[in-house]
Amino acid sequence: MAKVITRRKLLVGFAAASLLAGCDAPHPVSLFLKRMLRFNERFEGFIFSPSRLAPESPEKDLTPERAFPRYFIADTMPFPPVGWTLKVGGMVARPGVFTLDQLKAMPQAAMRVRHHCVEGWSAVAAWNGLRLSDLARAVGIDPRVRYVEFRSFDANYWSSWDLGSALHPQTLLAYGMNGHDLRPDHGAPLRVYSAVKLGYKNVKYLTEVNFLPNRTGGYWEDQGYDWFAGV
Amino acid sequence: MSNAMPSNAAGIGSPRKPVNEVVTEARFKGRRIQPLTIRLNHWMNALFIVLMAGSGLEIFAAYPSLGPQGAQYGWYPWQGVAPPGWLRIGGWLAGARHWHFAIAWFLVLNGLIYLAYFFGRGEWRRRLFLPARDAGNAVLMFGYYLRLLKTPPPTGFYNGLQRFAYSSVTIVIIIQVLSGLAIYKPVQLHWLLNLFGGYDAARVIHLLGLVFIAMFVATHIVLVLLHPRELLAMLTGGERG
Repeated sequence: MAKVITRRKLLVGFAAASLLAGCDAPHPVSLFLKRMLRFNERFEGFIFSPSRLAPESPEKDLTPERAFPRYFIADTMPFPPVGWTLKVGGMVARPGVFTLDQLKAMPQAAMRVRHHCVEGWSAVAAWNGLRLSDLARAVGIDPRVRYVEFRSFDANYWSSWDLGSALHPQTLLAYGMNGHDLRPDHGAPLRVYSAVKLGYKNVKYLTEVNFLPNRTGGYWEDQGYDWFAGV
Repeated sequence: MSNAMPSNAAGIGSPRKPVNEVVTEARFKGRRIQPLTIRLNHWMNALFIVLMAGSGLEIFAAYPSLGPQGAQYGWYPWQGVAPPGWLRIGGWLAGARHWHFAIAWFLVLNGLIYLAYFFGRGEWRRRLFLPARDAGNAVLMFGYYLRLLKTPPPTGFYNGLQRFAYSSVTIVIIIQVLSGLAIYKPVQLHWLLNLFGGYDAARVIHLLGLVFIAMFVATHIVLVLLHPRELLAMLTGGERG
C-alpha cells in the first residue's frame, strides 16, 4: 500500500512539474514544434536521395486537365508580361537573361509523374522542359551554392530549395504540359515542376532563378509551412 | 499433486481456469498485472494517439475526399465532407502537420519501447492473441457480451476477446505508422508505398486505421468503465501475480 501511494505521488509530482515547466517558458508548445520541425527537416534531407527517381505513371492514370487544380496567389490569373525573360543569377559564373526560345533550345526532358499536394490530393500530368541541373551547368554554379531560389510574377510568389532537390534529374523548368505549351492557368510561360517536392514548392509564372549560398524562405514557408517539403 | 496445482499456484485465479493459463501465469509470479513500464507506456500512448488523431483529422480537412483529383473513389459516400472542428488539432493545415510529424516520432519511440518490453520480458505470453489458445475463448466471450450465453467462459489474465482487441489495435498502429510514412514520403519510400497499393490507396488505409482505432478506443472506454478494477490496475499496477 505504501508503495502505491509513493508511485501515485511520483506521477502527480511529474504532472505538476511538467505543467510548471510549461508556464515558465514563453511558448513551450511552439518551441517544441519548432525543434521538431528542424529535426524533421534533417530527417527529410537524410532520407532524400539525389538519384532516386519517382516512377513514371502509366498513361491511363493521367488526370483530366480540367480536374487538375489551378492555383495562383494574385486576384486574377497572371499573364506573362510582354517580352518575358528568365533571369538567372546568384553565385554563378555566367549570370544572364534567357528567352523562352533559348531555354527551348537547351536539352529537353519529359516525364509523366504523380503530383502530391500538401492538402493531401494527388494528380498526374506529363511535363516537358529542361532540367534545372542543365541550366545550372550552363551558367556555371559556384561550389559554395547550397540553395536555389525561384521567383515569379504571380504577386511575387516565391520559394527556395535545397540544392540537392533542385538538381534532381526530375526537377524541370517546364514549358509544356500534357503535350501542349504550358497555359496561363498552370504557370505559363515557364514553371518549376519537380517529382520530389510538394506542390507549393513548384513555383509557377517563373521570372527568376537564383543560386545562393544561404537559405531563404518562401511565400508559404514564411507563413509556417515546412520548408523542405520533399515527397 | 497436479490436481492441487491450479487453484493454489495461480493465486487469484478461479479453479475453473484453463490449465495453459495457469502455466502461463506461473511465469509472472511477483509481477504486477500492469507493470510500471506498461502503465507509463499506455498513458503516453493514449496522449499520443489523441494528438495524432486530432492533427490527422485537421490534415484530412484540407482535402476531405478519397481518390486522386478527377478520379475520386465512387464508393466513398462522404466526398468533400470535412470532419467537425472540435475533433481537430493544430488550428490550420501547417500547424496540424507540425503536430502530426512531431508526435509521430514519440509514438514510434513509445511503441518500440512497448514492443521491446512485450517480447523481452515475456509479456506476450499473457497478452498476445494466440489463436490456438484464445480463438475459442474469444468466440464464447463475444457470445456472452451478446447475451447469447449466460456465463462468461473461464478466463485467465485476459480473456480471448481482450487479447484479440489489444493485439489487433497494436498491429493497426504499426500499419498506421507504415502507411503514414508511405504518404509522407511517397517517392523516397516508394517501395513502402507500393505495399499499400499506391498513394491514394495508402491514404485510404491510413484513414481506415484511424476509424479502427477510434472504434477500439470507444469500446475500450465503455468496457473499462464497466470494469473499473481494470482501470485501477492501469493506474496503480494492480495486484502482484
